[in-house]
Amino acid sequence: MRVELRQIHKSFGPVHANDGISLTIPAGMIQGILGENGAGKTTLMKILSGFQRADRGEIWLDGRQAHIQSPQDTGGLGIGMLHQDPLDVPAMRVVDNFLLGRQGGVRPRRGQAREALQELAERFGFALDPEAYVDGLTVGERQQLELLRLLWLGARVLILDEPTTGISALQKDALFASLRKLSEEGRTIIFVSHKLEEVENLCHRVAVLRRGQLVGEVAPPYDTDRLVQMMFGRVIGLGSRLEGQAGRRVIELEEIVIEDRRMTIGPVSLHAAQHEVIGLAGMEGSGQQVLLRACAGLIRPVHGKMRIAGGDVLGRSYHDFLRLGVAFMPASRLEEGLIGGLDLAEHFSLTDPQAGILIQRQAAQARTMAQIEAFKIKGTPDSLVESLSGGNQQRTLLSLVGEDLSLLLLEHPTRGLDIESVVWIWEKLKERCRHGTAILFVSSDLDEILHYSDRIHVFFGGRVSPSLPAGTTTVEQLGQLIGGKGWPEVSL
Amino acid sequence: MRLPAGSSGAALRLVAVFLALLFTTGVLLLAGAPPLEAYRQIVTGSLGSVKKITDVLVTWVPLVLATSGLLVTFAAGLWNIGIEGQITLGAIFATGTLRLTLDSSLPPVVAIGAAILAGIAGGAVWALLAGLLKVYGGVNEIFGGLGLNFVAVALNVWLIFGPWGRPGVASMSGTEPLPDFLSLPSLAGLRLSPWAVLLAVGGFALVFLLLQGTYFGLRLRAVGKNARAAFLLGVPTVRYMLLAFVLCGALGGAAGAVQVTAVYHRLIPSISSGYGYLGLMVAMLVNYQPLWMPAVAFFFAALNIGSIQLPIVLKLDSSLAGVLQGALVLFVLAVEGVRQRLRRSPVKTAE
Repeated sequence: MRVELRQIHKSFGPVHANDGISLTIPAGMIQGILGENGAGKTTLMKILSGFQRADRGEIWLDGRQAHIQSPQDTGGLGIGMLHQDPLDVPAMRVVDNFLLGRQGGVRPRRGQAREALQELAERFGFALDPEAYVDGLTVGERQQLELLRLLWLGARVLILDEPTTGISALQKDALFASLRKLSEEGRTIIFVSHKLEEVENLCHRVAVLRRGQLVGEVAPPYDTDRLVQMMFGRVIGLGSRLEGQAGRRVIELEEIVIEDRRMTIGPVSLHAAQHEVIGLAGMEGSGQQVLLRACAGLIRPVHGKMRIAGGDVLGRSYHDFLRLGVAFMPASRLEEGLIGGLDLAEHFSLTDPQAGILIQRQAAQARTMAQIEAFKIKGTPDSLVESLSGGNQQRTLLSLVGEDLSLLLLEHPTRGLDIESVVWIWEKLKERCRHGTAILFVSSDLDEILHYSDRIHVFFGGRVSPSLPAGTTTVEQLGQLIGGKGWPEVSL
Repeated sequence: MRLPAGSSGAALRLVAVFLALLFTTGVLLLAGAPPLEAYRQIVTGSLGSVKKITDVLVTWVPLVLATSGLLVTFAAGLWNIGIEGQITLGAIFATGTLRLTLDSSLPPVVAIGAAILAGIAGGAVWALLAGLLKVYGGVNEIFGGLGLNFVAVALNVWLIFGPWGRPGVASMSGTEPLPDFLSLPSLAGLRLSPWAVLLAVGGFALVFLLLQGTYFGLRLRAVGKNARAAFLLGVPTVRYMLLAFVLCGALGGAAGAVQVTAVYHRLIPSISSGYGYLGLMVAMLVNYQPLWMPAVAFFFAALNIGSIQLPIVLKLDSSLAGVLQGALVLFVLAVEGVRQRLRRSPVKTAE
């Protein structure tokens, strides 16, 4: 289907998120949409998919003007969007979520849906159990489910908003292969990303957005430097690892075993010392997130020993861990990290040490302004957190974490962020390391793991590798371990 | 047409009130009653004299206390349907305490004070039960509260007909009236007790302050909006949910104690008078924000009192007040829903 956007305008208060964007995408094309956080990519896609309405502008599909009022309309028109944050019903089973949005019939045909789901999942190499409950899945697996559902509903235009952030390298390859196949079938793919390599690899053409405007369109062969320049107006590079001396041990795990609904994780022994960054790598759902949450006191291991700052902490509550200087930053920003409906100032009042019974409004305001400044959050003290862009939400989350921490646990700290933000956030994290904090982080971005970790633990189906020095580990080696190869060599 | 962000709120509320009146008028016409006369009766019946206005305030006091409590639980994202039972338990505890002091030589001031405190404690305990059921038993507070309401009513009726029954003639009219010196002093010749009004104003002021400017209120709201995130940010969510229940129950219990010490001077089967459910409606009508609550509660109380003489004058049932109150809440909610729809999707302007 040929998609034409004509002079799309959309404002949120004073912010002009889309400022007269016109774009034509022929049928069968994989169109890349590139831009940094807050450039207007997601807004434009939400307008096309009916989740938001443009203030002005027209949408034409196959030469006919479309009047899109809601996501239901776009479903009928064959437009499907895969969102950055999964839009599923967590308390339901995978197969029932799969059935949602299907038109017609009173009684859902679960058997038929299950078959279709399994067939599609196989085609993409996704391992989804139709009878599992969605709240037991990782964000990455939930994205996979949503993608399969859209395909099953017969989407002819597929919008993918940062689709690769939650899935492994292998799954990404399978996804890209399928997207190419789908485009050959004549489906239009709109691929929103800030990952240059992916866009260059996959897309037939790339449109670059900056500050709500279309900067330009580029066709292959791509010149990376030029794309970066279009996105940011200048060239930037990744920061470097902090090479420092490890201090005393902050956390020690001895033969820890965790029982999850789907697998047993461990036994794992690991430790992290002051100034150290430990990366936990693995395919989504290999147990690394479970272990991270166990280190935060959110999940109780069934066996083993855990010491923080020398004291035994196994069985203590999450809030006890907090008091010991452990902080945890969850991946799903609006579900677990921030409180929708509260503004920035209220978030800081909530997390700052309480001074008296009454909230001192002026002090809270001043403190919020200082944090906004220090963390470069694009917002005001009375901005509701849900009105911020993904990157700014992440900055807010980071700014809410206390100053003098002994251990910082991060779940996908830079998921969905552009390079500039990634570099910036890691600068902030490294600053904390310099002051003595140890960092444990989960990421599916291998470059990020190799780049910022001192040591790495790889997870595969609940199995955990001994620590590998990041300096001498290669991407290929890491990729193999994540895929379940080469384990005898690393196991002692 | 594109609606401006906030200015149209008040105007649309007026539209909702108008629609509710229209609906009620329709009901009156169907019932074959003269609508204007009915409305006139309600106005004169509630505001026609100082005596009537003080009668409205007698109703206003427990309604404000119960609604204040509900604002706390709503802030924490909880639907405390159990408020009715909490009012009833407050009344039972207050009555029990007064009965205990009957044979003692305690000064009446101490006895009444103790009764009100006991009522507060009774409501709080009953609410805590609903809270514990929710937090540790996984029972949704709506179902738990509803169940506890039935238990409270049963307990109340059992006391009235059993242990606390009038000697020989236990009946629906309630327990033996308490002696006058065990009542909250009222204004000369009127049913209204200034002390009760003071209690209501105090309860409201407490909740208003709590929700508007304290860390406690902020944490409650955080729990209400996203309990999971609040927990991860360090808020002890279980404690705050239970505290919200206890606070609401305490204010409900105070309402029950006032019903005994200032209004009925005994325990009657329907001692809660439905103020809990009415309070839920008031809270919804003010969009769970404290500022306008006392005014709306006064309006609802006036409707209740004003409709009392409808059966006498117009042979209409006094439940007309309920029809108007219910219609008002429904129309305000509906109009608010329409308003949000219009704001979300402004229709394209001609260009």
